Amino acid sequence: MTVATKSIEEVQNDIIEDFDLLDGDRESTIFYIMELGQELPPLDEKFMVDENLIKGCQSKVWLTTDFIDGKVIFQSDSNTDITKGLISLLIRVLNGRSPQEIINADLFFFDKIGMNGVIGSQRSNGFASMIKQMKFYALAYSAKN
Amino acid sequence: MIDVEQLRSEFPILSTEVNGHPLVYFDNAATNQKPKVVTDALTEYYDGYNSNVHRGAHALADKATQEFERTRELIKDFINSPKTEQVIFTKGTTEGINLVANTFGRANITEGDEIIVSTMEHHSNIVPWQMIAQEKGAVVRPIPITDEGEIIFEEFEKMLSDKVKIVSVVHASNALGTINPIEKIIEKAHEVGAKVLVDGAQSAAHLPIDVQQLNCDFFVTSAHKMFGPTGMGFLYGKEDILNDMPPFLGGGEMIKEVSFDGTTFNTLPYKFEAGTPNIADTVAFAKALEFINKYGKENIAAHEIALLEYATEKLTSEIPSAKIIGQAKNKVSVLSFVIENIHNYDIGMMLDARGIAVRTGHHCTQPLMARYNLEGTVRASFSVYNTFEEVDKFIEALKRIVKMFG
Repeated sequence: MTVATKSIEEVQNDIIEDFDLLDGDRESTIFYIMELGQELPPLDEKFMVDENLIKGCQSKVWLTTDFIDGKVIFQSDSNTDITKGLISLLIRVLNGRSPQEIINADLFFFDKIGMNGVIGSQRSNGFASMIKQMKFYALAYSAKN
Repeated sequence: MIDVEQLRSEFPILSTEVNGHPLVYFDNAATNQKPKVVTDALTEYYDGYNSNVHRGAHALADKATQEFERTRELIKDFINSPKTEQVIFTKGTTEGINLVANTFGRANITEGDEIIVSTMEHHSNIVPWQMIAQEKGAVVRPIPITDEGEIIFEEFEKMLSDKVKIVSVVHASNALGTINPIEKIIEKAHEVGAKVLVDGAQSAAHLPIDVQQLNCDFFVTSAHKMFGPTGMGFLYGKEDILNDMPPFLGGGEMIKEVSFDGTTFNTLPYKFEAGTPNIADTVAFAKALEFINKYGKENIAAHEIALLEYATEKLTSEIPSAKIIGQAKNKVSVLSFVIENIHNYDIGMMLDARGIAVRTGHHCTQPLMARYNLEGTVRASFSVYNTFEEVDKFIEALKRIVKMFG
């Protein structure tokens, strides 16, 4: 299982550094996100069901979770590579954290890498829905705990 | 032959940049760009003679009314309507269809009746009919299509009976480009006494439209797909049918006399034009029609088809993993396709990064997408101001995308 060794803030700063290398070039940024998307391990088909779809996303996004040793493990997939790339960034930041860490997380990297301007308002709203759903799962696990 | 460079200079937006690249606008089936004469007409109206039409005893109202009615005259000639009164201003194609469904439909469709559409209809030519069918206990039946995207005419003939009250079909498909054999459809539908509505959203600016020769009962379209403003369109109808139809919206302009004992309605076309109309956009639409007339619809179409053929050939030969959706023999300049292993949204976004605007998704034709078992396509649609160099750029961008992600 994934155990987070860096803080949420540190991982976000790593992401910002990675994107800095792209010099704000729109095409390179989109290509990079798509590459990240293609690297995301595919979700087992049994999880790709309507109950796991995130509402509010233009493309299809399935999200499923596990709760192991007090940490939340996210697995996700989408029918488009750009969306998968965005998900992979969120998973990199939030996987293997305690519910409380996820609930309290201030996710600033999206704005800092200027993603809003690159992916447009509809996909940005979808991204916000993904975060909301991840925090919702964390909240549910924290209540169980 | 059209001097495309000269024509392009009439469109200020075509010399702008998007994402650091010169704009390549291939989303013309959604809406096309406006020549400066059209946008100037909006300003001239508001700055020079803004006034309500058909009322007010003053010079501005008179000028506004004259200009407003001049557009109706131009439309009459554009589609060869027998009379000017048969041209009714609407917000666009969708409102035109809703008007007919809610007036003609409500008055004539009864339980057990049938409404025929085709599998390739835009949602706006499905949903209004489903709404009235549900209310009346009628059925909406789609004409099936071939894998190439053509109506199966024999199937259509089999569907015809005296239960069919209206056949409402698209002239040219927004998602496939298919030009439907509308004259034959009208002729056959009339044999069983059904009326025919032609959705001309994608045809009015590209194909010759002669409503008398077509013998259609209704023709609807939108100005914004004809170099005109958004929120403007028209409905043509046969005079006797329009006269028999009850009004759609109630309000000002559409009345003759109002009292609390009852109201009598105005004559055509005003019976269907309640409230203060969209004067500025109507006036500006005249300039768009004059623009089309100046260059000639045939010349415009010839250039668009040349672009379509060039792009189709290049896409087929240079991108083997692309599959064209919509391979009808007769098409308007719409090139819809999918590429193996790359989602249409992602292709759209990568093209956008190079300033190339296309439409992606289901194109408001979900039943059609279901027919092809697709979520959506990438659609490039060409207009007269597009160039062969722009098609080259588009193909180059696609090749790069396929090389990296295909």
